Amino acid sequence: MSKNVSTIEPLPTSPVSLLPAGLGLEMPAVLHAEENVLAGVEVDLDAQLHFAPSGLVLTTQRILSRAAGASDWQSWSLHAGLSLEHFDHAGVATLELMDAQSCLACWRYTLGQNLAALRLISEFEQQIDILKNGQTPVRETEAICATCKAPLPPGEDECPICNRELYTPPSTWTLFRLWRFARPYQGRLLIGFLLMMGATAATLVSPYLYMPLMDNVLIPFQNGKHIEPTTVATYLGALFAAALVSWSLGWAKTYILALVSERISADLRTTTYEHLLQLSLEYFGGKRTGDLMARIGSESDRISVFLSLHALDFITDVLMITMTAVILFSINHWLALVTLLPLPVIAWMIHIVRDRLRTGFEKIDRVWGEVTNVLADTIPGIRVVKAFAQEKREAQRFREANRHNLAVNDKLNRTWSLFSPTVTLLTEIGLLVVWAFGVWQVSRSDITVGVLTAFLAYIGRFYARLDSMSRIVSVTQKAAAGAKRIFDILDHVSSVPEPTNPQPLPTVQGSIQLRDIGFRYGNRSVIRGLSLDIRPGEMIGLVGHSGSGKSTLVNLICRFYDVSEGAIMVDGVDIRSVAVADFRRNIGLVLQEPFLFFGTIAENIAYGRPDASREEIVAAARAAHAHEFILRLPQGYDSIVGERGQGLSGGERQRISIARALLIDPRILIMDEATSAVDTETEKEIQRALDNLVKGRTTIAIAHRLSTLRKADRLVVMDKGQIVEVGNHDELMVREGAYWRLYQAQLRNAENGQQEGQE
Amino acid sequence: MSEALSFNLHRNSFGRLMLVDADGVEHENVLPVRAHPITAPLEGVSILSQDGHELIWIEHLDTLLPELRRLLEEALGAREFMPEIERLESVSTFATPSTWHVHTNRGSTRFVLKGEEDIRRLPGGILLIADAHGIQFMVRDVLALDRHSRKLLDRFL
Repeated sequence: MSKNVSTIEPLPTSPVSLLPAGLGLEMPAVLHAEENVLAGVEVDLDAQLHFAPSGLVLTTQRILSRAAGASDWQSWSLHAGLSLEHFDHAGVATLELMDAQSCLACWRYTLGQNLAALRLISEFEQQIDILKNGQTPVRETEAICATCKAPLPPGEDECPICNRELYTPPSTWTLFRLWRFARPYQGRLLIGFLLMMGATAATLVSPYLYMPLMDNVLIPFQNGKHIEPTTVATYLGALFAAALVSWSLGWAKTYILALVSERISADLRTTTYEHLLQLSLEYFGGKRTGDLMARIGSESDRISVFLSLHALDFITDVLMITMTAVILFSINHWLALVTLLPLPVIAWMIHIVRDRLRTGFEKIDRVWGEVTNVLADTIPGIRVVKAFAQEKREAQRFREANRHNLAVNDKLNRTWSLFSPTVTLLTEIGLLVVWAFGVWQVSRSDITVGVLTAFLAYIGRFYARLDSMSRIVSVTQKAAAGAKRIFDILDHVSSVPEPTNPQPLPTVQGSIQLRDIGFRYGNRSVIRGLSLDIRPGEMIGLVGHSGSGKSTLVNLICRFYDVSEGAIMVDGVDIRSVAVADFRRNIGLVLQEPFLFFGTIAENIAYGRPDASREEIVAAARAAHAHEFILRLPQGYDSIVGERGQGLSGGERQRISIARALLIDPRILIMDEATSAVDTETEKEIQRALDNLVKGRTTIAIAHRLSTLRKADRLVVMDKGQIVEVGNHDELMVREGAYWRLYQAQLRNAENGQQEGQE
Repeated sequence: MSEALSFNLHRNSFGRLMLVDADGVEHENVLPVRAHPITAPLEGVSILSQDGHELIWIEHLDTLLPELRRLLEEALGAREFMPEIERLESVSTFATPSTWHVHTNRGSTRFVLKGEEDIRRLPGGILLIADAHGIQFMVRDVLALDRHSRKLLDRFL
């Protein structure tokens, strides 16, 4: 048998490397001669579902398993009657080894181990196949990542990109990643930086001039000499010139850098939004609207303010401190040393507070998100709130979130409020030290009064800057937290990835093949082993209880999600190999809850084809039986429809969305409960519109009311993610199966409804 | 006690749970589930058939005969997996994704927290933490955790 295997594919050079850590070393001792390890998995739960890592290994001859803490291996020899069953629930997967009579063994593990386990199962099935038929099976060569569908490096189970995304936290240097957005402006940034150096240097000229002003003019005057007007005029003129230069350079620098930072944050915002739109529905499903809006809106604004104000100030401050230090040392190094002594103390203090403030600000961010989430939950659901008279409770919920916000803010402010006064105190003490040391040095005639004056003037500014620098701590943390949240979006790779080499999609005929597809949502498997062939132009009605996977199936065909197993082919082309936009262009979608964007009716109809002419729009509206009611509106096709299309009835909105689908003339049409939100009378009207839409197109319709699917060529009955029956209405009625039961149930309901209506 | 007499459970050779209902009909591979697994685990247990229809509704587990109750709780236990976090040993980072090393009532393990939004508050101060693979970890009472754990957890709340 092992000979057989080696002809299928060469085993990896070190088979033990397939095994979970800690098992590999002892494996060779257990193996028989000519027995090779094929796959291994660490089953991390025991029968009582306690965490207890144990090993499960598949070899060419046996299945070996060792319980946690045990030293010897249990083994089962492979034979044709064995099978492995695999199912999962709530994140725990179970693997059962069965023969014809009973369950031989059972292993459980968390879904983190699922990839390795699936690999083991497929190897096992191949081995059993060999035992049954003696054939070498056809081997699928290309391994694909379960999450992002990228091809995997040979011999690896997990995709390096997905792994990095999942396990690596964003580094604290996130802000430096903004450089990606700053690069296009690096020329202007350099100019701004040079201007900044010039402006800062100019501000440092004036204290330097205090020295000669004091020593050459004022002190001699006190000693009885008279003041030379020209000398004084020169000094004062120089002071004024320095102020002017510093003003003009400062203006230019602030203007240029503010311009650049505004552009950087605009780019950041646009890029993030563009990226967000590319992400799959899966991503949106897991996020709250308020949170995403805050990330793109206010976080990017915060970064802009940080760059244009705080970061700029900080760099200026650092420049100034460095320059001042150089000047001070050049004048008198002893006094300079004493002056700079408090600096490390302050720096240390800043560092201590930095940590507390950062966690505090992150917390405030999250709490703020909670506050907006309450709004985002309540306002769209305002009808429900009012109908159940729960305004008070919703207000209470908001007050609660606000109170939480206050509490967190209060806690942080305790630390924060202590911070600035402490810096001021340190400044005063620093000045005191300089005064004391300076007076002592003057008394020993080591320095002149002018030098002391200049020093005091310098460090007055110097400490004032330290004080403002301390503010950088909090704003940097805020900006870094914001940048992290934005890069969280940017780093996210769409789970519906664009193919690297997209195949061109020629004119679509409209045939769809579903090949043994499976889909897993979170830890729940929603669709399992489903296969179906749909001919071009055929109308398929999807029928089943809610939760049977109908909408999921339709979402998979639209490629809102990607299948976990199997493939969906359109005209024989795997839809994952075609560019997403190319593919969707061929799909028309009519949903239960039609969404109208803010804009005119004409714009809404032309949403999928903005270049459509007015004639085309009107023609589409006519075909959708929307033309007449649109004309009855005061502004006709130019009437504005707002958020969720307020002012139009459900049936009217639906017909606009049908016109929208008609206008793009798709080959494949998908209707998800298109008529279930309206009354029977409106439904008839919509049905007429839909009949126009369906003509000549491959149509997949989901409908709750079975009567709306009378025209379908085939009905597909689904249950628990699988197809249970296929056929047309009459065939399925004769069969008296699942469809028949559904139909009878609806018939009874309808009769009851009629009776009630008559009474 | 009335319910205790109206049905019976046993396991077949495949380890599947079999139910014989009041009419003597045998249902294969039935599935017991709790209606309120977190807030009231002992109240409201339903036994579902293979295709998801309810066969038996048990108001309270206390009404069952001990033998039946043992079998039922064993079957429930094999399906329910919501480790209760008793102590946080360490977290890899305070930014997400973050790997947590925790001690639970089902032993020590580690898991990856994808984002702060995966920590949800339930009424009664219960926290539900979903890991990257969708496994739910529970913190029954934040205040009952030790200081170290609370401090770590607080950074994510």
